[in-house]
Amino acid sequence: MQFMLLFSRQGKLRLQKWYVPLSDKEKKKITRELVQTVLARKPKMCSFLEWRDLKIVYKRYASLYFCCAIEDQDNELITLEIIHRYVELLDKYFGSVCELDIIFNFEKAYFILDEFLLGGEAQETSKKNVLKAIEQADLLQEDTKVSFSPSFLMVWSRNAAEVRDSCGGSEQASWVKTAFLLLVSTERKFWITLNKDMLRKIKMQAPL
Amino acid sequence: MRCLLSFFVCVWQNMPAPIRLRELIRTIRTARTQAEEREMIQKECAAIRSSFREEDNTYRCRNVAKLLYMHMLGYPAHFGQLECLKLIASQKFTDKRIGYLGAMLLLDERQDVHLLMTNCIKNDLNHSTQYVQGLALCTLGCMGSSEMCRDLAGEVEKLLKTSNSYLRKKAALCAVHVIRKVPELMEMFLPATKNLLSEKNHGVLHTSVVLLTEMCERSPDMLAHFRKLVPQLVRILKNLIMSGYSPEHDVSGISDPFLQVRILRLLRILGKGDDDSSEAMNDILAQVATNTETSKNVGNAILYETVLTIMDIKSESGLRVLAINILGRFLLNNDKNIRYVALTSLLKTVQTDHNAVQRHRSTIVDCLKDLDVSIKRRAMELSFALVNGNNIRGMMKELLYFLDSCDPEFKADCASGVFLAAEKYAPSKRWHIDTIMRVLTTAGSYVRDDSVPNLIQLITNSVEMHAYTVQRLYKALLDDISQQPLVQVASWCIGEYGDLLISGQCEEEEPIQVTEDEVLDVLEGLLVSNLSSPVTRGYSLTAIMKLSTRFSSVNRIKKVVSIYGSSIDVELQQRAVEYNALFKKYDHMRPALLERMPIMEKTASNGPTEIVQTNGEAEPSVVEPKHLPPVGQPASQGNDLLDLLGGNDVPVIPTTMPTKPASAGGELLDLLGDLSLGGPAPAPPAPASQPPFLLDGLSSQPLFNDIAAAGIPPMTAYNKNGLKIDFTFERANPNPNVAVITIHASNSTEADMTDFVFQAAVPKTFQLQLLSPSSNVVPALNQGTVTQVIRVLNQQKQQLRMRIKLTYIHKGSAVQDLAEVNNFPPQSWQ
Repeated sequence: MQFMLLFSRQGKLRLQKWYVPLSDKEKKKITRELVQTVLARKPKMCSFLEWRDLKIVYKRYASLYFCCAIEDQDNELITLEIIHRYVELLDKYFGSVCELDIIFNFEKAYFILDEFLLGGEAQETSKKNVLKAIEQADLLQEDTKVSFSPSFLMVWSRNAAEVRDSCGGSEQASWVKTAFLLLVSTERKFWITLNKDMLRKIKMQAPL
Repeated sequence: MRCLLSFFVCVWQNMPAPIRLRELIRTIRTARTQAEEREMIQKECAAIRSSFREEDNTYRCRNVAKLLYMHMLGYPAHFGQLECLKLIASQKFTDKRIGYLGAMLLLDERQDVHLLMTNCIKNDLNHSTQYVQGLALCTLGCMGSSEMCRDLAGEVEKLLKTSNSYLRKKAALCAVHVIRKVPELMEMFLPATKNLLSEKNHGVLHTSVVLLTEMCERSPDMLAHFRKLVPQLVRILKNLIMSGYSPEHDVSGISDPFLQVRILRLLRILGKGDDDSSEAMNDILAQVATNTETSKNVGNAILYETVLTIMDIKSESGLRVLAINILGRFLLNNDKNIRYVALTSLLKTVQTDHNAVQRHRSTIVDCLKDLDVSIKRRAMELSFALVNGNNIRGMMKELLYFLDSCDPEFKADCASGVFLAAEKYAPSKRWHIDTIMRVLTTAGSYVRDDSVPNLIQLITNSVEMHAYTVQRLYKALLDDISQQPLVQVASWCIGEYGDLLISGQCEEEEPIQVTEDEVLDVLEGLLVSNLSSPVTRGYSLTAIMKLSTRFSSVNRIKKVVSIYGSSIDVELQQRAVEYNALFKKYDHMRPALLERMPIMEKTASNGPTEIVQTNGEAEPSVVEPKHLPPVGQPASQGNDLLDLLGGNDVPVIPTTMPTKPASAGGELLDLLGDLSLGGPAPAPPAPASQPPFLLDGLSSQPLFNDIAAAGIPPMTAYNKNGLKIDFTFERANPNPNVAVITIHASNSTEADMTDFVFQAAVPKTFQLQLLSPSSNVVPALNQGTVTQVIRVLNQQKQQLRMRIKLTYIHKGSAVQDLAEVNNFPPQSWQ
């Protein structure tokens, strides 16, 4: 694969990954050209087109187009599966992903892609392994500037419900995350009581 | 509790923090106009720059992330490059993660800055945390330059041997990148490949197969070395298809399709041209081909790859038939993507397995009716590839039906396909003529310019069909005079065989009774009709002129010709004036000059190989003397005619006459010169050697073909969106290092292309001179061409390469396109 582009129905670029060295100008030109060509195609047309000496494989998921450029000897049909796998990964990670998730968390979308493809080739064929790697790397990313004393923890774990509320209500991601991690380590049960929405919120809010 | 939390927040953010990434994204998305967005971004960029200047470590990561977002929106972010390097060097994982991401997006091997990363990557490759190592591997595998690859290959090789599968799979793909960048480092990875395939982890297996594929594709030695792995690969593949459900790698009921496809592809490379390996994989390929579940795309992806492998290796004939049948089944699939790949693959195999593909002819022809244009196009190409002497009548019926109903974008290609196929396999002359006429009536405005002279030539050469043809064409003309190519051919034929039309001798059709006046009425109608193009009018006038020796109504003809002596169309006027002169001063020569055309030999436009030596620079010994006069003349006459007719659009290329044919060509030159200058004719005209265009060649196109094609085959350099650019070649004498290329731009769409500018660039070793174009408007519906001459000085006789840029305005919108032209015929630069 030479590159992958994600763009919206309005032609806005949402993600670009280049596996061949090109100048910024060329990248922009190619992007513009392809976005135009793909958007002009009718829904009943097939997902492939020949472009320069490459094959373009694209697929639309809701408002987003996923578009890959592959070489002559590559398999178009399996490329569709690769696109689909990436969408599944995004979906699992974000929890029914939508375009906004990718806009606001574009770096996450890149991290997931880099955990799935490397140098334009798939590096992992198991969904579980990719997500596991991302989640563990996410855990490494938390900010540990604030530390809690064990006694403080005790208070917290006793007031589990209250902590959970503060986790869910707070906008400070690093805080939520720290609190969350501590909770996990002290009270296994708590892991279960935290609802899924909150988990997602924690994942989304890195200290950026 | 709430206040406790907020207290800590305050401690943490003890200085005015730059706004958060998500906040920025949110703000930018509120911008209503481009200008507003630009302003926001400029403001933020200024803040980020100053933060960078202050060497602020806390928020560098956040700032770079924001820059990456702006970069995606298309704003410059190069000033973040060095900051990425600083982030990579940081100890924090968040910093590293964003730093490497930024490096992959903002840096590439064109900037020397990227080399500063090498050391950081090296350290990180030896980091204690696998995720940091992973980031470093990912970055190296995505953007590592050859210098970097050389420096870090050792580290990659080390990681390829670890037992940690997370790192091993990444190292394998990194090695692929290293090999692509620096092929000579390949050997280094050879020892590490030994145990790769015994790995259980699918990630590692998959990437290993990719690595092996890369090595085999790059080096024949490696290919030979890895052939011994075939049994092992076969075993892995077998396990995959035999093993029961494994949730981890299952994709709609199929176990790890990604790995299966990759193994099949490696098998293809290993089995190609090798009997033993092909033999060893025969069974498993048959097994995959028969056992794969085809209800979903994944299954078909595997089948598709299997088919490609079967077609490429030395497989048994039964297996090949199985493969083609799979493609045949694909053609019936509901999924358009699958139909598309089936047609593409059939197109690839049609040459080698012609008969097997023939069996699916009817399905393929059915695909002509598909709704998807890409599929239609493939089906059309494949249908033409399947035409042969046995099925030509049936196939042509389908294809002509397709031509009738298809979108305009297909018509030009389809029409020329029909012409080619008809020329090759026509069962009879009559059928051939009928077919071409049918094309001209249904898609007349889309045919290529040379189809008119080609058809004329065909008609001339089928002597027994003359009466039939002229009658058919006359009838067609009565029905419709809007299809210009048809009208031109019809005019020519009526001019040529008008006497046959009047005499009504025709065995095949019911003869029609027409009078001379009726025929002249029709031709004069063409002269005044606003449907007629200038070229058509020229044909028509010449036809009328020719009828002056075939019909008795000479006075009427004289009158018509003299009327057009004052036509505002310069070309028509000139023609009329010349004919007038023929009536007045050279009436004794008229019958001879207007004599019926002799049977034409294949002209240059059809067989450049036959007349390669006209330029006088080939060794004369190759040219047989008896061929010289007829061979030499077309070129010279063409030139004279250009002069004679004023060559309205045609840049005249000076051709020096080759020494040997000079006498013959020279005579004709004198002869034609006399015609217009008024001196006595030194010799009677020699119609036997006249090219078909002597009197009919008003259109610049065929004339030009005649000259230019002599020696070097013409080529199509560009054909997109209805704009077609053909190159014809001429080697300029006396300097053989100069290639004179004439571009011919034609436009098959229904709207004119205005402000047409053609630019060309060549590598530094060449010198290029672009002469001014004949016009800046490419008329619609192929009604004329824009020509422009390029002179290329090629001192070192290198292979010619050219990059062309086209700009024009079409239907009100500006179009710009770039293209690379690499397929110049070798004669043009050698």
